[in-house]
Amino acid sequence: MQGDQRAHAAVRLEGVSITYRLPDGRRYPAVSATDLAVASGEFVALVGPTGCGKSTLLNVVAGLVAPSTGRVLIDGDPLSGINHRAGYLFQQEALFPWKTALANVALGLEVKGVPRGEARAKAERWLARVGLGAFADRYPHQLSGGQKKRVGLAQVLAREPSILLMDEPFGPLDAQTRAIMGELLLELWSAEKKAVLFVTHDLEEAIALADRVLIMSAGPEARIIGDHRVPIARPRDIHEVRLTPAFLEIHRALWHELRAEVLKGYARSEGTTDRLP
Amino acid sequence: MRARATLLFWQVLVFVLFLAGWHFGTATGVLDPFFFSRPLDVLERTWRDFASGVIWRHLWITLVETILAFVLGSIGGVLAGFWLARRELLSAIFQPYLKAINAMPRVVLAPIFALWFGLGIWSKVALGVTLVFFIVFFAVYQGVREVNPVLVANARMLGMNERQMLRHLYMPAALSWMFASLHAAVGFALVGAVVGEYLGSAAGLGYRIQQAEGSFDVTGVFSGMLVLAVFVLVIDALVSFVERRLLVWRPQAAVTGIEA
Repeated sequence: MQGDQRAHAAVRLEGVSITYRLPDGRRYPAVSATDLAVASGEFVALVGPTGCGKSTLLNVVAGLVAPSTGRVLIDGDPLSGINHRAGYLFQQEALFPWKTALANVALGLEVKGVPRGEARAKAERWLARVGLGAFADRYPHQLSGGQKKRVGLAQVLAREPSILLMDEPFGPLDAQTRAIMGELLLELWSAEKKAVLFVTHDLEEAIALADRVLIMSAGPEARIIGDHRVPIARPRDIHEVRLTPAFLEIHRALWHELRAEVLKGYARSEGTTDRLP
Repeated sequence: MRARATLLFWQVLVFVLFLAGWHFGTATGVLDPFFFSRPLDVLERTWRDFASGVIWRHLWITLVETILAFVLGSIGGVLAGFWLARRELLSAIFQPYLKAINAMPRVVLAPIFALWFGLGIWSKVALGVTLVFFIVFFAVYQGVREVNPVLVANARMLGMNERQMLRHLYMPAALSWMFASLHAAVGFALVGAVVGEYLGSAAGLGYRIQQAEGSFDVTGVFSGMLVLAVFVLVIDALVSFVERRLLVWRPQAAVTGIEA
């Protein structure tokens, strides 16, 4: 893999496998031995069919799930417990509903010990950066889906993590909002380059955003079966880039790989009824 | 606004029709005034009680008992709910006992409380506490155990320790559930106070009703019930007001209306 050439990748998985114990006592091998590396400042997208374990892999990097075998290295150090160098943007609603947008963003700083006034001032700047300067006093239920994602992004980035983990963050949004959020993400990312691991099932989104696209096979025993560099220069215009020959070419190649896995995934899920825990 | 006015009109109309039926029923002799009293008599008696001032002392006593039962029961319920929700084993041990005590009709405890705490306000407060405690306890217990797992994961990723999670996540979640049970809790605090008074005391609204019943004074009973009903509506309005102030972060639809 190209990312491996760096001595200390921001994120490195070595032989990580994940096995669940199902409620009936059987074991379900979700992800089989996987190696993966994300260089610092690199934007990597992880694409795979639904239920293939890509989110689980992300949770392992976050330290929310312990791998069954193998190890996780963060900047060369083995990870135990929560990964405090990473920020995590969830697919689902993860804002604290009883706090205003401003308090939500400031919260991540306050728990770190940043004095209240300073945390608030910084949170205000971050809300302005995601375009929500005027919405600081709103509660989450008063914001639209896209606005909530912006607050979430500010909440994560305000803590200045060196690694950004994203689990289909724009999945629930409509197509236009997704494109705009993608642009915002690239704009923020190019200002201070963090290592990004971006999980999605949307191949177009993956190619438009990432430096490298990894393809995962259908579960059980999912693994990474493809690793492709995206040969498109930055800065990119997310909308325009989809119409360029380079994009269409890589999209065709990756879709060919992905399609086979998606079909395999369908075939398997028809045979069994159990969904992942 | 128009819809609200219409609603109010119909609500008042129901009350007026009820009073009119009662009035003409007793006036024409279909209803015996000895057993059913007369609406005008009830209003007149109530007015006299307030004008002469005898009722105020009883209202005050019932109010104090209700507030004490509510506050003590809520504090106990919040603490116990929190504690057991965070401790799997303890909650498993206590579960059957809590269910058994909660299923017991509290009225049977009233004589025991009268023995333990005397005939003053504390036996009534105790009765109210046994009612309020369980409502708040189950609400908080549920609230803490069913905190959104994504929020828990986010809190951990934001670097919160156990104490910070308690303060920023579990406490607000539990409090919002507690407020959802607030109307019921206040109502039961009042029920505890009045039932306690009814079964043995020397003051309070329950005592007034019991006294009137003892002398076949149906007008007095209905007058006591009327005062009690208005009292409940006023307290419930206060609770709604406090709720609206404290739960501003909630979507409007979730704020409950009157429940009397």
